[in-house]
Amino acid sequence: MSAAQWRGAMNAGAGRLARAGGAPARAAGVAVEGRGQARAWISGMVRPHHLVVLAFLFVYPFYASPFLTYQIGAQALALGLIALSLTLLGGYGGMVSLAQMTVAGIAGYMLAILGTSGEAGISLGWPWWLAALLGIGIATLAATLIGWLSARTEGIYTIMITIAIGVAFYYLCLQNYSVFNGFQGFQRVYAPTVLGIDFRDPVPFYFVALACALAGYFFVVYLLRTPFGIALQGVRDNARRMGALGFNVTAHRVAAYAVAGVIAAVGGILLTWYNGLIAPNSVGISALVNILIIAILGGMGHPVGPFLGAIVFVLLQTFAIDLIDRERFNLLIGLVFLGIVLFSPDGLLGLWARLREKLATLRPRAAFNRRRSQR
Amino acid sequence: MTCSKRVFLRTLAGAAVFAAFSAAAPAQQPPVRIGLLATLEGPFAAGGADGMRGAELAVRQRGGVVAGRRIEIIKASSNANPDVAVNATRKLVEQDKVDIMVGPLSGSEGIAVKEYSKTQPHVTFINGSSGAQATTLVNPSPNFFRFNTDGAQWMYGLGRAALEKGYKRVMVIAEDYAFPYSQVQGFMSEFCRLGGRVPVKAWVPLGGKDYSSVIARIPKDVDALLVVLGGADAVNFLNQYEAAGGDKPMIGGSITVSQDVLNYKGKRRDSLVGTLSAGPLADAYDAPEWKAFVADYQKNYPVSAGGYPSPSLFALVYYINMKAALDGLEAVKGDLSDGQRKYREALSKMVLKTPVGEVRLDENRQAIGTTFITEVVKDAQGNLFNRVLRKVDNVSQLLGMRKEEFKIGSRDEPSCP
Repeated sequence: MSAAQWRGAMNAGAGRLARAGGAPARAAGVAVEGRGQARAWISGMVRPHHLVVLAFLFVYPFYASPFLTYQIGAQALALGLIALSLTLLGGYGGMVSLAQMTVAGIAGYMLAILGTSGEAGISLGWPWWLAALLGIGIATLAATLIGWLSARTEGIYTIMITIAIGVAFYYLCLQNYSVFNGFQGFQRVYAPTVLGIDFRDPVPFYFVALACALAGYFFVVYLLRTPFGIALQGVRDNARRMGALGFNVTAHRVAAYAVAGVIAAVGGILLTWYNGLIAPNSVGISALVNILIIAILGGMGHPVGPFLGAIVFVLLQTFAIDLIDRERFNLLIGLVFLGIVLFSPDGLLGLWARLREKLATLRPRAAFNRRRSQR
Repeated sequence: MTCSKRVFLRTLAGAAVFAAFSAAAPAQQPPVRIGLLATLEGPFAAGGADGMRGAELAVRQRGGVVAGRRIEIIKASSNANPDVAVNATRKLVEQDKVDIMVGPLSGSEGIAVKEYSKTQPHVTFINGSSGAQATTLVNPSPNFFRFNTDGAQWMYGLGRAALEKGYKRVMVIAEDYAFPYSQVQGFMSEFCRLGGRVPVKAWVPLGGKDYSSVIARIPKDVDALLVVLGGADAVNFLNQYEAAGGDKPMIGGSITVSQDVLNYKGKRRDSLVGTLSAGPLADAYDAPEWKAFVADYQKNYPVSAGGYPSPSLFALVYYINMKAALDGLEAVKGDLSDGQRKYREALSKMVLKTPVGEVRLDENRQAIGTTFITEVVKDAQGNLFNRVLRKVDNVSQLLGMRKEEFKIGSRDEPSCP
């Protein structure tokens, strides 16, 4: 048997494995069967509600106020992108990494250090695109290293090792003044003006964030249907069996960290531009945990989950203080989080799926009742 | 009869219409919306809550009305992170449409909010209690005002007092971030100019527990130690210094000689007597304005309702900044038209009466105010407390230097080994 045949056989096996794991993997099996079906697959994947959501996303900034466009829309997209990288790792790779915000923070710090900021003594003042690209590159490298360090661990140990890395980076930023500018961090790290469009303005920035978020989303959706994505889900479900089938489990995991690193880094650049600053607290432990909260809130079963989670999270953070006494508004955020996790272990997506199931079971019964009453 | 009755009715109707109009006139004035931001989460949550009390007190003293316009306070919270502070401010300004913004609490938040204020030229921003030097010294914003003095100003005058006590060589032990840098600068700029020497500076991590390596570095020939540590850290340091057999007198930063330190029970307790420190307020200050402020605070926020026995630094500073916002509004009779131009002019020229003396603004809209030099003394019952040694008025942000020679405090600036 040739290597290619082996791979094909294994991929089919992985598809079968993954199919047991979750709904998105069901479609994945289809993709493996042939490249010729790719077009049919794409047309089959786009459903009316996708177009409605897309249309809404495009029209949204023209109807919403600049505040809603920027603080709710753009921030949710940037945070959602970082959480998407965790969903890819956690939901499809079985590796819950708390260091995704650290990777995003590394990209943000590199953007500030290599590009321009209020700290002229430290920032090198390179063009924004170079700084952003190098930032993404360095952050991806860091993510690969983090993956290489933690890929051999499982479950709670992955969480421990990634949180340790995250906290170490936080203290490095806090204590180092020559490169990371310590406690103050970097102010005035602004999105550039290109072709006369100031990307600090809410609407242009929203569209940049939207473009990155859509690219990230479709990339992950595509990736999960590639042989690599299916093998990754196989690793998640039964790493030992995948190893026995000849897959290099560690390599798949490290590669997943690297890919997730790219996504997180892009999100980190966006978030830094959004805030206009990066400081140690942006990569502090509460920021790390926030990403986990967003991913879990939305649900790790589908790449759209983190974006839903981010919207709910940002709305709560912004408006909870209006709903409840000022000193207690974190209680509300906590209660909503608790409620969602308690009633739907799969986040908002799980709630939605259950609702649909309920409706589906109700409908035939209603029809049956109608028929009976007609009789 | 009928005619006169009709005339009477008409007069009555006219009077009613007139009355309705005159009654409606003040009601037509929309309320002034003021956003209030402090940290109600994170490390400064207790201080932020007291800051809110101080700001509310200023509104209460005016009965919630200024120049016939009702004051509507909309609160927001941050957790001492600059990005969270900007998000909260953006919500107040762009979503809740406040006219005036008061806040935030901590240094790096202040810098971030100042940068944001440049994008919102129609709103006037007044600081809460943040005290970073760079907020008004580097890239100042035309609509950001600060009626409190910064961390360096709080220490101005202490250098002279130390020299008068005979401390010629002083070692610095301070936490390693921007606020202690500015505190050390406030002390050293004057101390070095008058001939004092600082041979060693030890920068320790925030919240550090072990000071043995620092204590080992204390040279034999220094006369005193300038200790700029937060209250609990200062007690830790004192304990370890005592255990190591140290005997140098201490000079404290603005937040060092707190009640934690004054309640210190170690053997060196008596050597604390005579410890100098400086700050923007002094509990034992006996001016009638200060006493009235403390009494008002205690009446509005008794300890049973969560207040402090005496207003904290945050309460005072938030009070001062909110009072400035309201006094300015009074001065222009509530007129915020024309992009708040008149209001800002009034703020810039105002001589603000505060519980701790008069405050003016410089050309960067930064306060020029009073600093208190205090000294620890023992009362008849044996309790230690801070006595006001001296009051230094008109301390400016440049600490009496020219603009060209002034540099923002850092690890190495100023230096006089």
